[in-house]
Amino acid sequence: MIWSRHNISSPSASADARMLWLLRGAAGTATALVLLIFLFLLVESWPALRHISIGRFLIDPSWNPGESMYKLTPMLSGTLYAAGGALLLATPLGIASALFIAYYASPRSASIYTRVVELLAGIPSVVYGFWGLTTLVPLINQLHPPGASLLAGILVLTLMILPTIALTAHAALFSVPPDYLRSAAALGISRWGMIRGVALPAAKTGIAAGIILAAGRAIGETMAVLMVTGNVVQHAASLFDPIRTLAANIALEMPYATGDHRAALFVSGLTLMLLVMMLWSLAAPLGRNRDA
Amino acid sequence: MPETVSVKSAGVHRDRFAQLTVCIAAFLVCAAFVWILSDLVRGGMAHLSWNFLFDAPRDAGRAGGIGPILVSTVLVLLVALTVALPLGWMTAALLAEYVSADGTFGSAARYSLQMLAAVPSIVFGLFGNAFFSIYLGMGFSILSGGLTLACMLLPILVSTGEAGLRAVPDAYRLSAAALGMSRKATLLHLLLPAAAPSLAAGLLLGIGRAIAETAALLFTSGYVDRMPGSLLDSGRTLAIHIFDLSMNVSGGDASAHASALVLITALLLINIAAIRLTAGWQRRKIVSE
Repeated sequence: MIWSRHNISSPSASADARMLWLLRGAAGTATALVLLIFLFLLVESWPALRHISIGRFLIDPSWNPGESMYKLTPMLSGTLYAAGGALLLATPLGIASALFIAYYASPRSASIYTRVVELLAGIPSVVYGFWGLTTLVPLINQLHPPGASLLAGILVLTLMILPTIALTAHAALFSVPPDYLRSAAALGISRWGMIRGVALPAAKTGIAAGIILAAGRAIGETMAVLMVTGNVVQHAASLFDPIRTLAANIALEMPYATGDHRAALFVSGLTLMLLVMMLWSLAAPLGRNRDA
Repeated sequence: MPETVSVKSAGVHRDRFAQLTVCIAAFLVCAAFVWILSDLVRGGMAHLSWNFLFDAPRDAGRAGGIGPILVSTVLVLLVALTVALPLGWMTAALLAEYVSADGTFGSAARYSLQMLAAVPSIVFGLFGNAFFSIYLGMGFSILSGGLTLACMLLPILVSTGEAGLRAVPDAYRLSAAALGMSRKATLLHLLLPAAAPSLAAGLLLGIGRAIAETAALLFTSGYVDRMPGSLLDSGRTLAIHIFDLSMNVSGGDASAHASALVLITALLLINIAAIRLTAGWQRRKIVSE
């Protein structure tokens, strides 16, 4: 059986060990990547953090890198308004979608609807932005010029984060033990009573985790928001005012930024990453509790 | 008894109202989906033709087609997959087969990969520009864009790969050990093929994410819309083409519509294939259990 040397069944300790080291190398690289990203953001934003005190990002009179004024607060408020507004709209819609799939729809329409939501999640952000620009913005312009506004950003973001909320909420509702629901039904509670009194409280943490993840996505979203919000650096006074978000600011100014300006953009990238990571570390334990 | 009757009818009313609200919400979501899709199809159909797919863009993209842009998109995708697939699946194999899920390395790796999945794409763009384009000196190139995308795809590939490997029944591993197969051979010839549908679904999801990506490629693969001569040339992907036409080129809307239609069609096909694969795989798993 000499040919069995080449056979897969010949155990070889050294080949196994080599394989393990190869796998370890790959996994180590993958694990270290997030640190590398963090490191490079820090290194690139270091000049700005050294020359410009952190306070100036908050109290400078305006954002005008040409005259080295680096006020980030209007963009921070733009980001938070857009993300907050989108969450306000997408949360009820998303939870209602999950309830529709889980308790109201027939199996067939539930599977069609799930497919629609999944496809909605697959539409690229640049296409959402393009659609917003060619359809929503002219509509809003008829209502109240200029059209490219906080409202357009909120509507587009709502569509983009709704699938996240709907799919995670559905997963959470799906993992509610069926005994709970059967007991509720046996008590003669109405369908809405069962949903409000049993299903939603039991799925609460999973739904909350989904909402937080969606918030992270809304804060980090760039292209769609950039294309529909008008990109004026200001605190929005109404829904119809144009705004600029942190992420959009990076995409807009990065191509020509140099020196401190470039470093300031990396500072806003770092801020974004920290915001998203903070949200994520809020959501992670919630998800883990649900599994337990 | 009239009181109980009124309480009951209030409950019925609330039930009806809740049902109506939920159904209206679902209808709104479907309506939005149909609205977006029909707008894109209506706007793009007129401009779409075989020539559009293969011609070079002329007049900043207002006329001509998207031939070189499709080539750049495919090249960026290939670079990303060549790097991310081995790295991702090897990591998945280590996490699923060699280290315990609660061990130090296992939890650290999972934590950092989940964090990576949460990083916004514009931040990947900044990192790619600073690291690949400038620090490693690749400039604005397909290579730099592809490597940036590879970083973005890793979490998806690892999590789908790991889930697929974990779903392979332990009896397979025990039988392989009883036959005296080495762990390497077990992994390569038994576990990975058994997990193939899940790996393929992850691959499709990854491709979907990659061709949809814009923000991470803006300052890594660049804007140049010529046919790329090598991987070190700058190349414009389809998503960036749509962005550029709609924001920076007045009168580019017709071409942008058609490009968006091409992108959406590709993504729909990929997504449907991925959903089919995962659904089929789950069904088979349930049957075999």
